[in-house]
Amino acid sequence: MLKWLRNLALLAYAAFALFPLLWMLIISFKHDREMYHTIFLFSPTLENYRVLFEKGDYIGYFLNNLWVSAGAVILSIVVGVPAAYALARFKFRGRESIAFTFLSFRFAPEIMVILPLFLIYQRFGLYDTYLGIIWVYQLLTLPLIIWVLRGYFEEIPPEIEYAARLDGYSWFRVFLKTLVPLIKPGLVASALLSFIFAWNSFTFPLLLAGQNVVTTTVAALQYLSSDTVHYGQMAAAVTISILPEVLLALFIQKHLVRGLSFGAVKG
Amino acid sequence: MRAAAETGRTPPLEEAKIPWLRRNRPYLILLPAFLLTAGILYPFGVAIYYSLTNFSFKYEKHSFVGLENWVDMFSDPGFWHSLWVTAKYALLSTGVEMVIGVGVALLLNRESRLARSLRIVLIFPLMIAPVIATLIWQLMINSSVGVIGHALRGIGIVDFTWAADPDTALFTVVLIDAWVYTPFVILLTLAGLRSLPKAPFESARVDGGSAWFTFKNLTLPMIMPFLLIALVFRLMVSLQEFSIIFALTSGGPGDTLMTLPLTAYTEGFTYKELGYALPHMLVLWLNVFFASRILIKYWSRAQERASGV
Repeated sequence: MLKWLRNLALLAYAAFALFPLLWMLIISFKHDREMYHTIFLFSPTLENYRVLFEKGDYIGYFLNNLWVSAGAVILSIVVGVPAAYALARFKFRGRESIAFTFLSFRFAPEIMVILPLFLIYQRFGLYDTYLGIIWVYQLLTLPLIIWVLRGYFEEIPPEIEYAARLDGYSWFRVFLKTLVPLIKPGLVASALLSFIFAWNSFTFPLLLAGQNVVTTTVAALQYLSSDTVHYGQMAAAVTISILPEVLLALFIQKHLVRGLSFGAVKG
Repeated sequence: MRAAAETGRTPPLEEAKIPWLRRNRPYLILLPAFLLTAGILYPFGVAIYYSLTNFSFKYEKHSFVGLENWVDMFSDPGFWHSLWVTAKYALLSTGVEMVIGVGVALLLNRESRLARSLRIVLIFPLMIAPVIATLIWQLMINSSVGVIGHALRGIGIVDFTWAADPDTALFTVVLIDAWVYTPFVILLTLAGLRSLPKAPFESARVDGGSAWFTFKNLTLPMIMPFLLIALVFRLMVSLQEFSIIFALTSGGPGDTLMTLPLTAYTEGFTYKELGYALPHMLVLWLNVFFASRILIKYWSRAQERASGV
């Protein structure tokens, strides 16, 4: 009896969580003229996707999103891995407050940061540039990567490094061959999550970028406020914009829980 | 020498012998990361500075007006209203997400086939940008083509007002927020449940403890650190939530959904009074800052208690 109730509750939540996405997918194949009469039974068409690809704008938005998100994550990894290592290995004055400062960047209200950043970006010509957006995205991506990887580095006993060094390897090789494989779950998990944060970011590209760097999230706005709505196209656009994340999530699903819990919640 | 440098504690006499580069190695390594994000300190200072001016996009020059913006803000009933709305929104959405999230996580912590397959797909909503989620839900509740509109009509509810009516608007945005972010709580709770040692639970079962007893005295304290992290994150983020409300109604109907971020945006970019908008955000930041400090202190205490069980 209890088991049946349990499964029912789970299914109810699953329906709540997944149905909207499924419905989006379904609608994206529905032609505009059938939009108002039918619900689930209709003749599917690729028309919406065709229009989307032909008009060309949307592909540009998608690629923009890709460049800035990937760029931001890569930059964060290059800068963050050494930073996490330093925070884990070396004891130095101000270590904990520096660590907390990095964390606090994640909590800075976006709007508060944006208002002055808007002025600064205008003055230094960073407004509406890819570099500007990638830099701002560091606020989203860097803290998570540093935080998670620091935990991982702390878990690795220094003896491993000493042993490898004694064997005569250079510091860089030690890093690559021994340390990186050990932090891989955390790296993958935090990099993926950071990518998603960057991909989904709305307020930063909205206010710090204009016509040049339009991301899919900002582009969504024009669908929300337009009068002549092509619902099918909207659904197709939405489906395309969420496809990368969904695929990524499926792909490395098992890393996510393991990678985050291992390092993140240590004392 | 090397060992001494590695542990970071050097006897005073030898300190001078360590080359400057090695001694400051940690700071140097951290420098790039810091430069990238310390860009935040500069805007923060700028924010404080401009909040003391009457800077506006309408006029060329601005002048120092001291605390005038702050006084105006505190005497504006709209400000207090937005504080109230922000609190309502943050507490409601966080509360709903915590309760449902923990509940679903507990349900998912079994090894049934259903649970295992659901575990994989249930994080999808979390992947969706809140703007896109708002778009999706707006489409669903659309009265002419939306599937929910159809369903409601089927059971006799015509014209549920969703975002158009002040009474239901908050419900709608909390709904969207919960749809997106509940999986976050589920994820963290599951991570906590996964990390639990088997032994205490087995002995509790042998001793004949009820499910509720086990939950209250064993499970809950041990997953508390994870729950608190979820709580802190959710609270901090929902206090600043901007995209959902902006995309749905831009703060309307009227000023029902004018949270602090919305108000700051409107003042700064719609009315173009940047100097007046900034104090709003600084107040929000202060709230978030202090709340997070308190919660993090709570969290480290829960950590200790959890490991001591």
